[in-house]
Amino acid sequence: MNYEVIVVGGGHAGCEASLACARKGHKTLLITGNINNIADMPCNPSVGGSAKGIVVREIDALGGEMGINADKSHIQIKMLNNAKGPAVQALRCQADKITYPKNMRETLNKQDNLEIKEALVEDLVVEDNKIKGVILENKECIYSSAVILTTGTYLKADIMVGDTRRREGPHGEKPSNHLSDNLKELGFRIIRLKTGTPQRIDKNSIDFSKTKVEYGDNTYHTFSFDTGPLYKIESQVPCHLIYTTPETHKIIRENLNKSSMYGGLNDITGVGPRYCPSIEDKIVRFSDKERHQLFLEPESLYYDDIYIQGFSTSMPHDVQEKMVHSLPGLENAKILKYAYAIEYDAIDSLQLKPSLETKIIENLYTAGQINGTSGYEEAACQGLIAGINASLKLEDKEPLILKRNEAYIGVLIDDLITKGVRDPYRLLTSRAEYRLLLRHDNADLRLRRLGYNVGLIDEKRYQKLLDKEKDIERINETLKNNKITPKEEVNKYLIEIGSTPIKDGITLYDLLKRPEITINHIKKFIYLSSNQDILSQVEINIKYAGYIEKANREAQKMLDLENKKIPPDIDYDKIHNLASEAKQKLKDIRPVSIGQALRISGVNPADISILMIYLKKEYNYEHK
Amino acid sequence: MNDTIAAISTSLGIGAISIIRVSGNDSIKIVNNIFKGKNLNLVDSHTINYGYIIENEKIIDEVLVSVMRKPKTFTTEDVVEINCHGGITTTNKVLELLLLNGCRLAEPGEFTKRAFFNGRIDLLEAEAISDLINSKSEKARNIAINQIQGKNSNMIRILRKKILEVIANIEVNIDYPEYEDILVMTNDIILSKIKEIENDIKEILNNSENGKIIKEGIKTVIIGRPNVGKSSLLNNLLDEEKAIVTNIAGTTRDIVEGQILIDGILLNLIDTAGIRKTDDIVEKMGVEKSYNLINQANLIIYILNNNEEMNFEDIEILNKIKDKNYIIVVNKMDLDNKLNIQKLSSIINQDNIVMMCVNQNIGIDNLKNKIKNMFNLEMIETEDYNFLTNARSISILRQCLINITSIYNGIEKNMPIDMVEIDIKKVWELLGEIIGETYQDELINQLFSQFCLGK
Repeated sequence: MNYEVIVVGGGHAGCEASLACARKGHKTLLITGNINNIADMPCNPSVGGSAKGIVVREIDALGGEMGINADKSHIQIKMLNNAKGPAVQALRCQADKITYPKNMRETLNKQDNLEIKEALVEDLVVEDNKIKGVILENKECIYSSAVILTTGTYLKADIMVGDTRRREGPHGEKPSNHLSDNLKELGFRIIRLKTGTPQRIDKNSIDFSKTKVEYGDNTYHTFSFDTGPLYKIESQVPCHLIYTTPETHKIIRENLNKSSMYGGLNDITGVGPRYCPSIEDKIVRFSDKERHQLFLEPESLYYDDIYIQGFSTSMPHDVQEKMVHSLPGLENAKILKYAYAIEYDAIDSLQLKPSLETKIIENLYTAGQINGTSGYEEAACQGLIAGINASLKLEDKEPLILKRNEAYIGVLIDDLITKGVRDPYRLLTSRAEYRLLLRHDNADLRLRRLGYNVGLIDEKRYQKLLDKEKDIERINETLKNNKITPKEEVNKYLIEIGSTPIKDGITLYDLLKRPEITINHIKKFIYLSSNQDILSQVEINIKYAGYIEKANREAQKMLDLENKKIPPDIDYDKIHNLASEAKQKLKDIRPVSIGQALRISGVNPADISILMIYLKKEYNYEHK
Repeated sequence: MNDTIAAISTSLGIGAISIIRVSGNDSIKIVNNIFKGKNLNLVDSHTINYGYIIENEKIIDEVLVSVMRKPKTFTTEDVVEINCHGGITTTNKVLELLLLNGCRLAEPGEFTKRAFFNGRIDLLEAEAISDLINSKSEKARNIAINQIQGKNSNMIRILRKKILEVIANIEVNIDYPEYEDILVMTNDIILSKIKEIENDIKEILNNSENGKIIKEGIKTVIIGRPNVGKSSLLNNLLDEEKAIVTNIAGTTRDIVEGQILIDGILLNLIDTAGIRKTDDIVEKMGVEKSYNLINQANLIIYILNNNEEMNFEDIEILNKIKDKNYIIVVNKMDLDNKLNIQKLSSIINQDNIVMMCVNQNIGIDNLKNKIKNMFNLEMIETEDYNFLTNARSISILRQCLINITSIYNGIEKNMPIDMVEIDIKKVWELLGEIIGETYQDELINQLFSQFCLGK
């Protein structure tokens, strides 16, 4: 049987990739090791969070599914960083681990052009460095024009607890044992990474009276720009906060050598994520801290597992029992699933193009943890981009490449292909230079047009964007064209709201620039017929104009360099004045633009000058 | 890369006319911003215009400004040349003003590079330019490494670390908003930290050792073993130039004891008293004293006797000075050669050796030319990046202060902390430019080493 695209793996990357391809009209096959684990959440029960929540909105703006699916499936939602500036706010929800995969599976099942098959892929069919299909465990070949690998942690997965190591995936399933060897044979550099997950506790065995309750927001939120809220504020389920005790720390210190990571196993090569250390790591590295925060998060309305966020460990089961029972409220807790560490293979992301196509095999794409990232959202957005670009290539069109000033997705992919990965990569707001431009509130304004152009946003949703843009413009004009004068009642009101009286006439636009004046104050002077979303868009643009302008200027500098393309056939060995470190890096990474070249560590401005002179000489390269 | 660049393109000296060249899209606009006279935006191309360079209405220098519009210029861009009259201090001040107003200090060879990119120079010359950039930046790197060991660079590092801790704390508040154990940065907390940082920057600006070189002349020391001819050389130089020898207290830290002006380059001689009083300082005070002088000096003139073999101390001192600006005078050429010149050349750069016979007035001109070459700005661009980074560092530090003003503005307007942080980050990046440190990865590392985070 022939397909246009085969997606290998049914996690968050695989779901987005196969939906994108099928929605763009390409006959797609999704192959998963276990149909019941499609869109599974093997670790924390949440979607979104700082930076990640913005990615979910970007996915939605481009026509992906994660935002819509999270809106259908959560049991609590809140806006993080509410008290800070608009650039760093982000949504996070507690997704129901039963409902989320179920809803996603329904969407996949209903999707035209998409078939799902349960099987393990062990090899690829490659001819003349071009992908032709996949080979299953039973040696069956399935052919396709493009393949997207979204294998998650399943490449040579090892589950580690104490001094035991078992070759299996997160739910005790069979991992793929040969695919990474075969990728290595094709020329991919394979790296080994590690992550972990904490225990799950029976809700009924926890004394919640000893914990602090953490509620969801009491205003409505949605990830998607298209769906209204599908939940009731009062039906949200809370999380609970507790702290480790001195007893917990004592137990961990006394048993440290039993942890897989601290001597229990001596053959660990995988590099663990810095942003997400195990509890034993935290206690060793930050020995002066008397306690560590832990969140008790409900996994689902349909079963009793509570996830202990912050307590990931690879201690043996008996030590885990003691550790858990040392926590307040968990003295009699029943552990339903023990914590474990997992080691898995990934490929070196420097071997990818900005489109997520591999440099070695044409029409082969990779997305998600196989590229060294961590997190559902990071995986999903790569899946979406890989799906879009595999489709565009089949359509003989240019790939969709998001720039660092356009989307967090662009930051993520550029980091992967320019800097590479040492430990599992998580998005952070600190990774984005232009984060003031990459806000959660303007994701649609930034990206929806691109989603429409690639064909994942329909006319109706696109029209909403156009209307929104017009509305913003209209409100802006209204504010610029309307003045208030220093009448007594005006000044009285201004003083009342903690501002200073005016002496001359002032436009409402200028008045809004005052730090203490909000758009809602302006409504006192004029009727503004728009929803809050549009008004806050206008407000942000006026209030932070100076900062936004600075960010735009910086971004423009970057874009100028980004537009200086490096010909793909360049031979760095012919540039004899390049410093040797720079030459090696440039040969490995083969940047597509001068801008990307400059972001490679070890490439100096002088090397760039020399490179540009060479380009001018050999390619009559235009400097400006 | 289409930005506007500026550099002093003539030699650095007192009394001489120095020319500052500016090239790029905004060159005329920027110079006009600091020029009092005709509106340069409106004058004809290829004209010379008389007027003043001003800073906040205060006159800095009386100048002639040549305005040359593209494309008929060296770089084919808009070029402005400012003829300054006021000597090193004012020329440097004018350059600083240009940098503050939006020019970037030209990299070594950059005017030529632009001329090439814009088709003014034949393609055949391309390789030569790339060689040039390569060798110059190699030197710059070496000197940058030397500088990093210097006191100012160290101060900048400490300063950056201070700022980084503030930034990392803000970032952690953003990325991990629910971590209650981590100090939540507020504008109030930042305010006191920024004040501290502002004071530090001001202090560095005041202390800028390199700034002093240009303002106050080149601190020069003449050393050598007894009877090699130190005082003869000193007297010879002084007589020749009819310089004023005074015993004035210079700065608090060092005593300037004599000044010599060589074609507009000012040498401040230190420890002339040591030379005059006794001719055997090395013997008397030991090598340690020599090291002390070497460390203070911008230029070291080391005298060897042609008639004597080098001893252990000579070699030790030669090794000590070879990373600095130095000239080796081999004196007493009229006597038999016992000094192993080959051995000498293996330790130091042969180009820096001057053969002399001070008593017979032979070689004095060679010595003076050597000094002039060493401190001619064209040469400085290639050989001593210190001078370049000096003007650059000062202008970057000034830009830091401007950004600190916007931090204060943001705090005053009660802007959210992540907005204020944009300006804090800018200061941190600017300081990084001075010492050539990059940004992103450093922050991420700081984040994970300073705070305990995770699921």
